[in-house]
Amino acid sequence: MFKKVVDTVFFLNTANQDHYNVLKRNIIIIMLLITILPLVTMIVINYFQYKSHLTSQIIAPLYAMADKTKHSFELFLDQRLAIIRFISTTYSFENLSNEQNIKKILISLKKEWRGFVDIGLINGQGELVSYAGPYSLLGKNYSEQISFQETQIKGRYISNVFLGYRKYPHIVLAVQHLTDTGQTWVLRATIDTDFFNTLILSMGLSRQTDAFLINKNGILQTNSLYYGNTLEKCFLDLSKLNLRSNSFEGTDNKNKKVIIASSAFSIADYILVIVQPQSVALKSWYALKTEMVIIFLTSLAIIIFAILKMTRVLIKRIKTSDEHRENVLTELQHAQKLSSIGRLAAGVAHEVNNPLAIINEKAGLMSDLIGLSKDFDKKSKFIDLTCAILNSVDRCRKITHRLLGFSKRIDIKIEPININQIINEVLDFLEKDILYRKIDIDLMLPNSLVLIESDHGQIQQVVLNLLTNASAAVEDFGWIKIETKNIDNGGIRVKISDNGCGIPEDIIKNIFDPFFSTKKGKGTGLGLSISYGIIKKLGGEISVESKPGKGAAFTFDLPQKPIGLEAING
Amino acid sequence: MDKIKVLLIDDEIEFVETLAERLELRGYISKIAGDGESGISRLANESFDVAILDLMMPGLSGLDTLRQIKEIDKTLPVIMLTGHGSTKDGMEGMRMGAFDFLMKPLDINDLLEKIKLALSKSSKG
Repeated sequence: MFKKVVDTVFFLNTANQDHYNVLKRNIIIIMLLITILPLVTMIVINYFQYKSHLTSQIIAPLYAMADKTKHSFELFLDQRLAIIRFISTTYSFENLSNEQNIKKILISLKKEWRGFVDIGLINGQGELVSYAGPYSLLGKNYSEQISFQETQIKGRYISNVFLGYRKYPHIVLAVQHLTDTGQTWVLRATIDTDFFNTLILSMGLSRQTDAFLINKNGILQTNSLYYGNTLEKCFLDLSKLNLRSNSFEGTDNKNKKVIIASSAFSIADYILVIVQPQSVALKSWYALKTEMVIIFLTSLAIIIFAILKMTRVLIKRIKTSDEHRENVLTELQHAQKLSSIGRLAAGVAHEVNNPLAIINEKAGLMSDLIGLSKDFDKKSKFIDLTCAILNSVDRCRKITHRLLGFSKRIDIKIEPININQIINEVLDFLEKDILYRKIDIDLMLPNSLVLIESDHGQIQQVVLNLLTNASAAVEDFGWIKIETKNIDNGGIRVKISDNGCGIPEDIIKNIFDPFFSTKKGKGTGLGLSISYGIIKKLGGEISVESKPGKGAAFTFDLPQKPIGLEAING
Repeated sequence: MDKIKVLLIDDEIEFVETLAERLELRGYISKIAGDGESGISRLANESFDVAILDLMMPGLSGLDTLRQIKEIDKTLPVIMLTGHGSTKDGMEGMRMGAFDFLMKPLDINDLLEKIKLALSKSSKG
């Protein structure tokens, strides 16, 4: 199944440019998917993980801060309540009813404890019977007031903020005292809210962070930076807040993203709220996010570039290799075709030889008989005719012998051979072409040339290849020179030179390489490499000398006996 | 001088009969055998000066015939004929003791020369 997919994607059954483009596209797509998907997945996972982690890390301290500050508030309030309670237990009702005493107490209070504005004594019926302070509250009845009622019930009371003395925000604290006789009276005091601001400032929040107190109806108890002033309804929608402390992300009235941490007081109707813009709170997260985006985009760019580049190179290599393969296959088919043609030719030649021999003998006999007989009418004509038959038979013989000579090149057959003879055979083969183009053949083939042991057919092939190349290089009326001689080690040397166009220096070092051809389009580029291979296999050496415009000279040596080869014929 | 006796062994009757006639015209005595076996039995009963043997024959092959001839008479010179073009069999025959070989179609003068050579060698040896 997978193989099918692979084959479809990488189909290799057509070799045109289109195919390579599609292949390139497919490879690019797959590689991009493989590299980018994990990257994106990782980035996405990291993004969300970091976000939630950082967010909680940032929000948590904010919440802790709110909580801690709330505790400080509560401590302060508790402390003030305690003072008032202390006064109520230390002084008797009568004592406190004395105006002078209560005034003295207030002075002491103001000296020791900052914030006290007034102090008042309320009897069990809710009447303010004794008072020290700036207001004229004497005689006021609080029995209908919630503050009084709550004090009766809970034993203490902390009010919300109200505008008091000099229009400054104050709160009222009240405690209830239970006498031994079961009576109750209430001692109340007004305190200014300086300490509110002090405590809020002590949180050390950044400039854009807003912290304030509200009551459960959303009325601000301190000034908010952005969301209203004291005793106004807070602009923020804080309906999500409940009495328990929490923190969450939300948006303010101007749709700015904020983090809200809150902590509700347990001893009074206050909720401490801290509002921090997310841009401030999550500054580090935003920086990280930007970094991640930059890294991602850079990686993406690098990946894409690398993939495109690599794929281009890869496809080019594949294409070259495919072309080579095609060439090899073509050459192989060509060789096989030649070989089967050769076999066919040999078969035909052999079959033809027999009837040819018969014609030869019969015509020969005719010629013999006519020669022996007396003159008769048309005797000379008969003689001419039989001669003509014999000549034609001779031509056929040459052709079949040549065909048979050229068909045997499959295995290496070692036998004594005469190189001069081979050269002549090949020249016979090429004679029409050479004659037609008036190429001059200069032969130096000494009779003293020794016989060597080697393979007839393969050497024939080498000589044919070199002579074909020479005749292709040479122009009409040029020359080709063929020299053979014995060399010192008992072998022979053959030099085939021409006055053709020559071989440039940068090509000459590759000339025996396979697939190297300067015949643009024609030729397979394999001829010289095959010749090279044959000579080496037979234990010889082959080399070339040439300069452009000055012709070329190919020289090969062959040893007396082939080195390293077992003579197949023994 | 006695006429030279030649035994021609070849399955191609048209060829061998004509060749035999041409040799007769030139003063030789020619006898024909159409295959290896009859050639061998002929040799056993008559004496010849030289044998001309075709390599490609059905039945007993040319080389096998040659081997048997040599067993009967080692000194008899044998000239092999082949239309095959394969020098391999020719070389093999030479190693087995044949005098020489020629390719078909042959030039009768070449054959006559080889026969003369063979006889001069055997008369000396």
